[in-house]
Formats: sequence, C-alpha cells, structure tokens
Amino acid sequence: MSTLVVASSAGNVLVWIVWIVAGFSCLAAGVAVISFSNPFYSALALIGNLASLAVMYLLLSAEFVAAAQVLVYAGAVVVMFLFVIAYVGPRHETPWSGGPSWQTVAAVAAAGALLVEIVVAIGLEAGGSLSHSGKVGAAFGSPAWIGRVFLVDHLLAFEITSIVLLVAAVGGVILGTHTRRLQGEEVVN
Amino acid sequence: MLGPGVAWYVAVAAVLFGIGALGVLIRRNTLVVLLSLELMLNAGNLALIAFSRHFHNGAGQIFALAVMAIAASEVCVGLGLVVALNRRRLSLDVDRLSELRG
Repeated sequence: MSTLVVASSAGNVLVWIVWIVAGFSCLAAGVAVISFSNPFYSALALIGNLASLAVMYLLLSAEFVAAAQVLVYAGAVVVMFLFVIAYVGPRHETPWSGGPSWQTVAAVAAAGALLVEIVVAIGLEAGGSLSHSGKVGAAFGSPAWIGRVFLVDHLLAFEITSIVLLVAAVGGVILGTHTRRLQGEEVVN
Repeated sequence: MLGPGVAWYVAVAAVLFGIGALGVLIRRNTLVVLLSLELMLNAGNLALIAFSRHFHNGAGQIFALAVMAIAASEVCVGLGLVVALNRRRLSLDVDRLSELRG
C-alpha cells in the first residue's frame, strides 16, 4: 500500500514538472510570437507554442486533439504561413521601439482589462469547483472514443465543418484568380 | 487527476489569450496579426479541453476540433488576402488597409 502511495506521489511530481515546463514554454513562445520584429521568427515561435500546448492536451487526456494539433497546426497552418512570409519577403517592424505611443499604451491597457475580465468571470463562476476533477477512463480522448462522439452525437457539426472548409477553399481560389485577371486587364490596357 | 488542477490550465489559457489580444492590438503587420489570432484561438482551445476534462464531457474536445477547422479556414482566406495585396503592391500595414475597397 505504501509503495502505491509513493509511486502515486512520484507520478504527481513528474506531472507537475512537465506541466510547469509546458506552461512556461507556451507563454514564453506566445510572448516571442508578438515581439519578434521578423514575422518569419514569429511563425517559428508559434511552432513552440503549439508543441507545448499539445503536451498540455496530453496531460488533460485529450490524445486525439493533441495529435490533430501537431498535424493540422504545426504541419499545415504554420508551413503555409512560412511559405507566404517567404513569398511576401522580409518586412521588418520594430514593435517596442520609439517610446510608448498612445496607441501602444491603450493596447496594453485594453489587453490587461480583457485578461482581468476573463479571470474575474471564470473565478466568480467556477473558481471553487475547478480544483476537484475526478479520474477518467482510459478511453476518454482516444481516437475511437472521439470518432464515436463525433459521428454519432455531433454529426451535424461534423458536416457543417466540412462545408465551412469547402467555402474557405473556394474563397482562397477566388482571391487568387481575381487578382490575376485584374493584372491581365491592366496589361491589355 | 495527477498534477495541477484544471484551474491552472484555465489560468494559462487566460494569459495566452491576453498575449494574443495584445499582439493583435500592437502589431501592424498583417501576418503577425494573423499569428496572434492563432494564439487567441489556441487559448480558447486549451480552455475548452480543460473544461471537457473537468466535466468528463466530450463536447469540449469536439468543439476544439471545430475551432481548429475554423482556424484553418481563417488562415486560408487571410493568407489569400495577403497574397492578393502583395500582388497589387499594396502595403501590408493594417493601419493603411482601413479601406479594403477596389
């Protein structure tokens, strides 16, 4: 019995260490995303943010969402960002130079107010009850469980998501071809 | 539940959302504004998954996957706009793009 308790507390300490590392790197990468002057480095910092978020999803027993996060975000979205940044070319911008303008001060105040608002709202609504989360079964968050929930309980949401993705793809194609036609007209004229 | 309680994850999500909102407000480059939007969407995802774990309810994870699909659509249209602006030799400064006409 005592060995069980020791093993459990050792696991607890291990999970705390992993959580602290993941949370710190998540927030540090978030700050790096908004403070690099080169957008290429910002996009690379976003990969670190996404990877540490995936670790936190694993700690919350959401294995499928963690895998989808790495595949969809780090694999597809960030690569697309990097391609577009390379296509557009380097555009440096120094976010913190030249002293604080009234716009920067107002932006920091607005973001701080937003943060305080979120913390107060969640704290008032659910502050006391959030500390006691029970155990979940091994199936919680697994691909088979997600697939059953997705295709049985939330089938309409699944289908609407596919329509949204189709509309976005059509929109991307229209945005691409529209400018090409305009440029052709300018050349003709 | 081993390790920190769900409240700690929600706190990280709130701070990450604040960082993303700050990035949207202070940065003027369209691409970095889109990256900050991704930060805010990810903060929402983390809170959804934390609450899904707390209430043992799968709807939170389904919602997080739907948010990922929405983020991918937003990046598709947003980067399409950036490429279209760049082709017409327009500035990518969001302050100069206040009139998205013609």
